[in-house]
Amino acid sequence: MVDALFEFLLRQGDNALVLGHRMSEWCGVAPALEEDIALANTALDLIGQTQLWLGYAAEVEDAGRSANDLAFRREVYDFKNLLMLEVPNEDFGRTLMRQFLFDAFQVPWLTALQASSDQRVADIAAKSLKEALCHLDRSQETVVALGDGTQESNARMKDALDFLWPYVGEMFADDAVDQAIAEAGVAPLPSTLREAHRATVKAAFRAAALTLPEGDFAHKGGRTGFRHTEHLGHMLATMQILQRSYPGATW
Amino acid sequence: MSKEWPLWEVFIRGQHGMSHRHVGSIHAADAEHAVKNARDVYTRRNEGVSIWVVEAEKITASSPSDKGPLYDPARDKVYRHPTFYDIPDEVGKM
Repeated sequence: MVDALFEFLLRQGDNALVLGHRMSEWCGVAPALEEDIALANTALDLIGQTQLWLGYAAEVEDAGRSANDLAFRREVYDFKNLLMLEVPNEDFGRTLMRQFLFDAFQVPWLTALQASSDQRVADIAAKSLKEALCHLDRSQETVVALGDGTQESNARMKDALDFLWPYVGEMFADDAVDQAIAEAGVAPLPSTLREAHRATVKAAFRAAALTLPEGDFAHKGGRTGFRHTEHLGHMLATMQILQRSYPGATW
Repeated sequence: MSKEWPLWEVFIRGQHGMSHRHVGSIHAADAEHAVKNARDVYTRRNEGVSIWVVEAEKITASSPSDKGPLYDPARDKVYRHPTFYDIPDEVGKM
């Protein structure tokens, strides 16, 4: 159970960390000052959540590693984030489409985690949920505005959705870790959230003049660590450079 | 059509503030978007509990050149200040 809990916490923390880093890449280069600050706020929220999840993971592991060690001194294949969160931002539209697809999962997921049998998990979820609700509000509004905007913005959102949709299924792919966690009452099986997620995205896409793609093919391997995309290594090279060059550096 | 988003003036009511105060302006596509942007730009440090936004061009302002005729007549009418009344302590802040 300790192994499963550690794994579960890494998955939560790595999702927040990898998406948080991707969002931070917009800092200073977003299309409008207001969006720049909003994206940076989102990134900071996610990195804050990372500290809580990985901090607890480090305690559970009890091997002398800290949240910082887990974030900055693990290899690509030790990361347990969803593949969708590590692919490059591409453009503003795709960044917000990914954020929306993730937020639409996080809100019901964190809501459910508030009832976790593990009090620490419930507390982290309750704190994170408030941020996730704001993120969902914003990402959903932006997806609708861009989807239902100009011909170009609609075409870009359609491309973004077509690209990202094959990554959505991984969120709901239960494995042995999920089973053990569910049996312990720590979290529900991710697959039980599929319908809630589908309802949220379907309603938004209708307002955004976008069509829910057909097919349920899903790229997998991120949250199990089996196979990441080629992009995560490049991202970590940037994200981890300081701790890799000067291990243990502090300020 | 301008490619810029319209300008909105932002008013925030602080934690203990009694009324909304003008804090600055932001650009946004519509009113709801403006509230979200105002939240992200002006309440990052826990400054407020309520936000108002108003499209800048909807504000009608007095003209600075009318300053004399508008305000000077009030200068010598000190009796309009309520300072001649004794206010009981229990009334509190006016």
